[in-house]
Amino acid sequence: MTRYVMVADLRRCVGCQTCTAACKENNGTPVGVQWRRVLDIEAGEYPDVSRVFLPTGCNHCDKPPCMEVCPSTATGKRADGLVTIDYDLCIGCSYCIMACPYDARFKVEDLAYSYGEANAADQARSNPAEFDGVVSKCTFCIDRIDAGLAKGLVPGRDMEATPACVQGCISGALRFGDLHDPNSDVSQLIKNNKYFRQHEEEGTGPGFYYLWDKGAP
Amino acid sequence: MKQMITARLQNSWDLRAAANFIGGGTGTGLVVASGLGWLLGLDVTLPLLAGLAFIGLGLSMVWLEIGKPWRALHVFFHPQTSWMTREGILAAPLMAAGAGFWWFGHPALLAVAVFFSVGFIYCQARILRAAKAIPAWSHIRTVPLIMMTAAAEGTGLFLVLGEPAPMMVSAALAMAMAREAAREAYRLALKRDKAPEGTLEWFVRPEVRVLQAIRWVSMVLLLVGAFGSAPAAMAGGLLAALTGWGLKVVMVTKAAFNRGARVPRTPVRGRDSSRIVQPR
Repeated sequence: MTRYVMVADLRRCVGCQTCTAACKENNGTPVGVQWRRVLDIEAGEYPDVSRVFLPTGCNHCDKPPCMEVCPSTATGKRADGLVTIDYDLCIGCSYCIMACPYDARFKVEDLAYSYGEANAADQARSNPAEFDGVVSKCTFCIDRIDAGLAKGLVPGRDMEATPACVQGCISGALRFGDLHDPNSDVSQLIKNNKYFRQHEEEGTGPGFYYLWDKGAP
Repeated sequence: MKQMITARLQNSWDLRAAANFIGGGTGTGLVVASGLGWLLGLDVTLPLLAGLAFIGLGLSMVWLEIGKPWRALHVFFHPQTSWMTREGILAAPLMAAGAGFWWFGHPALLAVAVFFSVGFIYCQARILRAAKAIPAWSHIRTVPLIMMTAAAEGTGLFLVLGEPAPMMVSAALAMAMAREAAREAYRLALKRDKAPEGTLEWFVRPEVRVLQAIRWVSMVLLLVGAFGSAPAAMAGGLLAALTGWGLKVVMVTKAAFNRGARVPRTPVRGRDSSRIVQPR
């Protein structure tokens, strides 16, 4: 059984935000909606200070709390681990936003694009009306994955079938693939590196792994 | 080393959402208090109808908040796991039983309304409990706090809308004290479990301290009322309800900070070594 996950190598991430731009470009999300973000997090006090760039977004959890609370069944989960939102079912109650420990969900109150209303370029990327009044989040570029799989491509290995943020990453910090394939990049990286996941204590089983050092976990 | 603060105040649920918890709490509290009042032989018509109206108004405010109001019926699609769906499902028989008692006067209908009221407010408490993004809501102590707040609001407002009978005044006082105990246990638990600083700061803000002082005043007035002063009982009951509303406004719109991002280890770069990062 396939389980798609994302790996972010924090040693490699330089905080360039190319992934955020690639996400925006690929998914055509409105103003105020940023499915992939890179947080610039500082720790310590001068002179003992550390700075970490932390790519964030939907963790496509094993047990998504957003799906549990959703009253309309708009949030679902596929067999391959991808957590989805059916925009036609969503009522925009924002309860899933309150349930997501990863601050990964966005509700569009006032639909707007960079130049006001959606222009031709925006409409070519997405259907702007879909976002109006509902909640959206990172899909792991589900359309790219499905289109790629239909062509016999392997998500994570073939860039055409891989999330845009991973394709755009300039340093190779972001990787994507099937956790249950022992030979996939993500499986090998998780096997051979120390990592943490966000808010694991919540029992959500997040599918976003953050590498911080080499060596067995 | 300690990590910078990344928790932020949620801005998706505003006063309209708080109004649902206010209406649901006061409304169900009034229905339950009406059940108690009926057992004592009091006229419960007005408190009961007011309770149903509060619940209805609260739900209406949610309807005004959702992004797709014309799809509101979709809220009933997920009773398997969603406490919001369960809340919505219980509202209909609760309203029907309450209105039925008002119309037909059969006590079994009032018992049914009380039963569904307890279920309704429990669902509201569990709605907050399931909100894993907000530590101030998802804490287990949230459930007794919401339940006790509803009981204090309902019994308190009953003294204004119904009769301030001695037994009802005593019940209102007991519920106000139980709410205070639940609130203190909630505060201590959040502090012990290291809730976001933004949340904890709200417990010492001047406006919240004023709210707390008014709650104490309401309890004193209820105590005076228990010795036979109807005006004191009514004033105490009204303040008990109003302070409950204030508590929910703060809880839903002011102290609801999310978890923020967490980096437990710094990455190893070059010759640097990883360091453990503590949450702030």
